[in-house]
Amino acid sequence: MLLETTRASDGLTLRLLGEWRIENVAAIDAALRAITLAPAARVVVDSRGLESMDLCGAWLLKRRLGEAQAAGASVVFEGDPPEHFAFIEEMAAHPPAPLELRQGEASLLGVMAWLGRVSVDQVQRQRAALGFFGRIVVTGLGALGSVRRLRLASVARHVYETGIQAIPIVALIAFLISVIVAYLGAQQLRQFGAEIFTVDLVAVAVLRELGVLLTAIIVAGRSGSAFAAEIGVMRLNDEVDALKSMGVDYFEVLVLPRVIGLLIALPLLTIIADAMGLAGGALLSSTLLDISLSQFIPRVQDALAPTTFWAGLIKAPVFALLIALIGTYRGMQVRDSSRELGRLTTVAVVQSIFMVIFADAVFAVVFVELDF
Amino acid sequence: MSSAPIISVRGVVNRFGAQVVHDGVDLDVEPGEVLGVVGGSGSGKSVLLRTMLGLHRPNAGEVRVEGRDITRLSEAELLAVKRGYGVTFQHGALFSSLTVAQNVQLPIRECFDLSDDALNALTELRLRMVGLPPEAGSKLPSQLSGGMIKRAALARALALDPRLLFLDEPTAGLDPISAAAFDELVSYLHRGLRLTVVMITHDLDTLLALCSRVAVLVDRKIVVDTLAGIMNHPHPWIREYFHGPRARAAVGSRGG
Repeated sequence: MLLETTRASDGLTLRLLGEWRIENVAAIDAALRAITLAPAARVVVDSRGLESMDLCGAWLLKRRLGEAQAAGASVVFEGDPPEHFAFIEEMAAHPPAPLELRQGEASLLGVMAWLGRVSVDQVQRQRAALGFFGRIVVTGLGALGSVRRLRLASVARHVYETGIQAIPIVALIAFLISVIVAYLGAQQLRQFGAEIFTVDLVAVAVLRELGVLLTAIIVAGRSGSAFAAEIGVMRLNDEVDALKSMGVDYFEVLVLPRVIGLLIALPLLTIIADAMGLAGGALLSSTLLDISLSQFIPRVQDALAPTTFWAGLIKAPVFALLIALIGTYRGMQVRDSSRELGRLTTVAVVQSIFMVIFADAVFAVVFVELDF
Repeated sequence: MSSAPIISVRGVVNRFGAQVVHDGVDLDVEPGEVLGVVGGSGSGKSVLLRTMLGLHRPNAGEVRVEGRDITRLSEAELLAVKRGYGVTFQHGALFSSLTVAQNVQLPIRECFDLSDDALNALTELRLRMVGLPPEAGSKLPSQLSGGMIKRAALARALALDPRLLFLDEPTAGLDPISAAAFDELVSYLHRGLRLTVVMITHDLDTLLALCSRVAVLVDRKIVVDTLAGIMNHPHPWIREYFHGPRARAAVGSRGG
């Protein structure tokens, strides 16, 4: 019980009881809202039963009393007014300076201005993206002239991080996927008594599509996000500005080694994925279909055209380029908040996976048309 | 100040591997005072603060907050102690995905079930207390200036009406005018709410303007005295701190 109200002819008496502290804030709020101030011309606040009151309780009470005063009632205290009232009054006497905020106007003009701003923004973004890719090409071509500018130590680190460290996961996934494909294929082909074509299915699917595509998707998730996050954190720490201020070309230091590193690592990873995929197919063929390894290998050689392996591998550098460019570009876009960092890292991964699959679809059509 | 100390640190030892940061630190914080904690870089100011906050368990010694030894409390009991104090961290530590108002409301929401109206009323109170205009409530921390971030962090620290306030480098990174304004704000809140304030600071101006007593961490121990007493302390580091070239300017400008 925090509050007792008695209504007399001349007004309302509020007897404050107990602890008006933040621990009871929900009860205080409920008690204050339960009283009806409306007809009272005089509100008497009796604080003699009050045990303690902190700022929070005082503020809520004073706000409610303020509403009564606004309605024309006079407020009188019996006993001492709560001590924090003085603090609140002093605070009210020194209102903080208003913040200068841009007010958005909800008018037709406002909508037009918004539309214009968004369009200009979009155009600028596209130009920035184009500028980014252009600069990479220029920096890359320039760097080809000298070994020092290629920063081989940095490239080697990125080959290690994006390539060698990814070998276990890439190998495992390629192995499992080819087992799945072989298993499903064998089940369907058995109905026609053509189990032997499972070998063709696995070999062609892994070498042409699955090996490179899965590797690219894993690398996009692992390294695309890492590129965006590493460069984004460097931006947040002003490290990129520090590089610029030293007159170092940050494209050459940050972007180019990542691009070159991934260009080296992804094709090599693809070859490993191809090998592991074939191994998975061979294992399943020998256990499930009774096709021994000595039958499996000549069958694979028959099934493959000379171009099959290359049709898969040739896509790897393209995917690597897409992943590295999108990752570093999104990292460079991070500005002033760690929230941006998380968002842009996610964008980098989603966008690079999308672009990889899109490019793969284009390749599929082109290869069919070229009869490759 | 005859009443029992609000915080009492006894014989605290903190070690990280072979490195001893504190070797028997004793410190009393009296109710209603403003205590400044000073020390060189790496002298363990932040570790001491984290020990007093119950975020770090010392290797030995006890820390009593309002009579209870927080080094021996369970997590649940510690939570109750933690609700009794407010902290601002050096870089504000505002949650960057929430607006200022949501930042201030977060501790209130976590602890109490309140109507939106009361919640807004309390948020307005906190913002006004620290001198932020109500419009600032709808802003994200990244849209605020350094001084406003410190104020918003203070508003959040005060959200649960603490009796005890810890400030970690409250004026670091502020321009002198904002820093002076922040000193004034802390002093005003200290007087108005009779808060007990423990602040870590490097800023001599802040120390001279606010602190009634100063604790200096030197040689893994602590020296505590009044401001006048500490300025005449014979320890070489303390002499250098209060009478070095930069100190003379600050002290001189106050006629002290």
